[in-house]
Amino acid sequence: MNALLPHLPALQVVVPLVAAPLCLLAGRGGLAWIIAFLAAAAATVTAAILAYQTLHNGPISYEMGGWAPPWGIEYVVDTANAFILLLVAGIATVVLLFCYTSVGKEIRAGRQHLFYCMYTLCLTGLLGIAITGDAFNVFVFLEISSLSSYALIAMGGQRKALTAAFQYLVVGTIGATFFLIGVGLLYMMTGTLNMADLATRIPAIQDSRPVLAAFAFITVGLALKAALFPLHLWLPNAYAFAPSGVSAFIAATATKVSLYVLLRFTFTVFGADIAFRNLSLNLVLLLPAVIAMFAGSFSAIFQRDIKRMLAYSSVAQIGYITLAIALASHAGIQAAMIHIFNHGLMKAALFCAMGCIFYRIGSTRIDQIAGLGREMPWTFAAIAAAGLSLLGVPLTAGFISKWYLVQAALQSDMWWLVVLIAVSSMLALVYVWRLVEALYFKEPPPGRGTVAEAPLSMLLPTLLLAGANIYFGLDTRLPIEMTDSAATLLLRGQVW
Amino acid sequence: MIEAVHFPPALILFAGAFLLPFLRGTPRHAIALAAPLLTLWAVWGVPDGVALGLPFMEYQLQVVEGDRLSRLFGTIFTIMAFTGTLFSLRQGSRLELPSAFVYAGGAVGVTFAGDMITMFIFWELMAVASTAVIWSQGGATAYRASMRYVLVHLFGGVVLMAGIVGVVAQTGSIEFGPMQTDSLATWLILIGFLVNAGAPPFSAWLPDAYPEASWSGTVFLSAFTTKTAVYVLLRGFPGAEILIPIGSYMIFYGIIYALLENDMRRILSYSIINQVGFMVVGIGIGTELTLNGAAAHAFTHIIYKALLLMSAGSVLLMSGGVRRCTDLGGLFKTMPYTATMGIIGALAISSFPFTSGFISKSMIAQGAADQRMFWVWMGLAAASAGVFLHAGIKYPWYVFFQKDSGLRLQDPPLSMKLSMGLFAFLCIGLGVNPEPLYAILPYPVDYVPYTTGHVVTMLQLLLFSGLAFFIMLPYMKRTLTITLDFDWLYRKLFRIAAREAAERSATAHTAAFEDAEKRLAQLIARIFRTHGPHGILARTWPTGSMVLWAAVLLAVSLLIYY
Repeated sequence: MNALLPHLPALQVVVPLVAAPLCLLAGRGGLAWIIAFLAAAAATVTAAILAYQTLHNGPISYEMGGWAPPWGIEYVVDTANAFILLLVAGIATVVLLFCYTSVGKEIRAGRQHLFYCMYTLCLTGLLGIAITGDAFNVFVFLEISSLSSYALIAMGGQRKALTAAFQYLVVGTIGATFFLIGVGLLYMMTGTLNMADLATRIPAIQDSRPVLAAFAFITVGLALKAALFPLHLWLPNAYAFAPSGVSAFIAATATKVSLYVLLRFTFTVFGADIAFRNLSLNLVLLLPAVIAMFAGSFSAIFQRDIKRMLAYSSVAQIGYITLAIALASHAGIQAAMIHIFNHGLMKAALFCAMGCIFYRIGSTRIDQIAGLGREMPWTFAAIAAAGLSLLGVPLTAGFISKWYLVQAALQSDMWWLVVLIAVSSMLALVYVWRLVEALYFKEPPPGRGTVAEAPLSMLLPTLLLAGANIYFGLDTRLPIEMTDSAATLLLRGQVW
Repeated sequence: MIEAVHFPPALILFAGAFLLPFLRGTPRHAIALAAPLLTLWAVWGVPDGVALGLPFMEYQLQVVEGDRLSRLFGTIFTIMAFTGTLFSLRQGSRLELPSAFVYAGGAVGVTFAGDMITMFIFWELMAVASTAVIWSQGGATAYRASMRYVLVHLFGGVVLMAGIVGVVAQTGSIEFGPMQTDSLATWLILIGFLVNAGAPPFSAWLPDAYPEASWSGTVFLSAFTTKTAVYVLLRGFPGAEILIPIGSYMIFYGIIYALLENDMRRILSYSIINQVGFMVVGIGIGTELTLNGAAAHAFTHIIYKALLLMSAGSVLLMSGGVRRCTDLGGLFKTMPYTATMGIIGALAISSFPFTSGFISKSMIAQGAADQRMFWVWMGLAAASAGVFLHAGIKYPWYVFFQKDSGLRLQDPPLSMKLSMGLFAFLCIGLGVNPEPLYAILPYPVDYVPYTTGHVVTMLQLLLFSGLAFFIMLPYMKRTLTITLDFDWLYRKLFRIAAREAAERSATAHTAAFEDAEKRLAQLIARIFRTHGPHGILARTWPTGSMVLWAAVLLAVSLLIYY
């Protein structure tokens, strides 16, 4: 065991990477599920150990294959990405538990092992993006996660899933290409791809046009992947038509990882001074963020499909996160990272609950789910808990997010932002209420027989995620300590 | 001496709420009645000062901190929870009582919160739980009312939270103590409190939502939300002068709308706003006498308002849902017990001498007089007459006497009779001997309620307004409208000018509402056009448009950076 400890950063990515082809070779859904689950669980344990180490002993640097940076690929773990790793791996594991029954029903038997192969690849990509300290390596993992998620979305039952996946593919590729162009320009100017190395070289040439262009390409590319308004158009269909487990996994992690890379590039690689003072990135981010808060919420209110509604709600929530990033303060970064984490928990719980409903009635349309709250009380309880968290009611994780967000806005003396946050949280109440109203107060549509509660194997992971929303509303030590340290590291500017 | 309690007393109620859904029959009743009593025991076990601290976020919360004011409100909240439970034992909804327990627990939690974060947590818990209490009634009207209710409260909550975060950012302390209205943040806190108190312009949520709860749910609702707001105002803003006009407005708003109203529980709901207005004025004056008065009035008000609503709830339950005054009447013959209870409550709310209302409200009036606040004192006196009209006479008259409505209802079952009897006993008991209440008020009391002056003034006021009511009665009978008695109030006191103003404000209110409603409908239609499933912002877009957006954003960023 002790021999493994120094190699944990590599194992974090390698274990799921190796598990992917094994899933493929397994050939059967059940076996592939076991392999995928073991890999995800191992990734979670690894991430937890890494998080503990970074919190107590400081950042860890790992040289891939023994090649010293800046020539070789360096993996760097600090509290910022350890936190993201923990979120991604943890959600992936719990959602996999959920997938066993859900995928069994939604995916044809002959293709289930392919599903788990893609799922572990997507996990590999997301973990890789978070852990690597090499700019080009980010692109590689970005593509791994994107390509596998296109395939995962396309596995959705309806034919519309194919168009949704194709659209996401085109847009995602453009985003990744923009990012690659940006990295290429930086490489051209500095001759290095190592983020730490880049950070030391960029200040000297910060006014040169290629660097400015690189910055623009990278931020826009990442904004596309993170679904920041108005670049969010791919997201609602992708989330709505994907298989239930995929919606839960991707909604909780994929955009969050892109937001992390945005944080990493603006604060660590370019530095807050260049990004915000000289280039006024906050202007570029603030307006779309505020519009996203409102346009996303309004759109969510009027959706007829709950998964689409949750997707638009994600657009609004990404608005909050971007808003917090745009404040470019310690409190702002902390608020952004806390909300990345908490929003992951909320949406994973809600999409899983939708998966439970879909499993029983084969639809998530608002007129079809009417009255289900009484027939599926535990699923309803999970929706209620995660919904309260989405509203930011005290004793849920969402409250912590809201508190830090408001605090960050106030510390930047932006009262008007507080007003906007307050108003848009009212909108969240409206769409959460619509969901609760349909589930609990509406009469069931004619012709639907009695519906049983979701099977335990789906219900338990859903309740676990809903419970996490409560737990992290009470015990806030983990997210707050991690993000506090992460914000300090990111703002310090010098790398790791 | 009881051993010191170092846990939040509210926990007992929460535990009860958790157990109740799993129990039926006698064990359920036993737990339901024992939990509030145990909580009462715990309330009196909380020592002075911080009894429990917990780390939360970056702060050290003072989850339980006791003093005289906390214990006073904790006492009445738990007594209320007990009596309300006794009253609602026969309630069929299995959601209501657990929700009411969480609701009451939230209220008790707020009273022992030593810091603003704890206070806010329990505050929001109350909002959620009270919404569930309204839900339990079931049906479309109830849940639509609860939607509006929760929207208002969540809005109030966000305002309050913004204020708290602001104060914490300025002072670095989360301590919940007296504040000055000198910064935006403290103003926001004050507004957040006032939303729950039913102050203008957020008064309408209360009479909108409370009458939509079940026959027993309204009894719970009447006690906690507004009185918790009174408590936090007492703790946070004693002597804030802005509260005097706000409270005065509430007093008259409550009276006018109660007089115009026909639904018996809505009459009583408006009168909550009116009564809370008296307390808010007392807090605004801010002397020891008026603060004591406000606290004492909150105490006695919870008792008699619950008594009134229990009598109304009994009528509602026994009649199977008849709520309008015009459909009721003549019930005293077959419901003598309920009618007596209603009358005792009515006398108490009118502050008849030897009832609990007299010994508390007169403290506020005396405090105003001591401060030489002539107009405030005058207004309070006038309002007392108004209270007698709308709650003291109108409610029992139309429900239990007036005409024979043809309804032959029986008195409610024993448990409901017992709960009403208990509160009626307290109404009269505290009226005859106020000392036990005076002894637990936050400041030492050297006030004597039963002086000849107080009693005679009050009796004159009440007798004349009572006389006026019955003189006007023929007019009321003929038209079945009730505009005349509110005429009387204003003719006597402010002459025509005030009457004009009141009528105008009433029409303006309606007009403004209609206008706002129309605008809102237009706005929603417009938002739906853009955000609805086929709206420009929510329809499925061709991939090309997304690419275009990416290009636009890139161009804009490049422009800004260059």
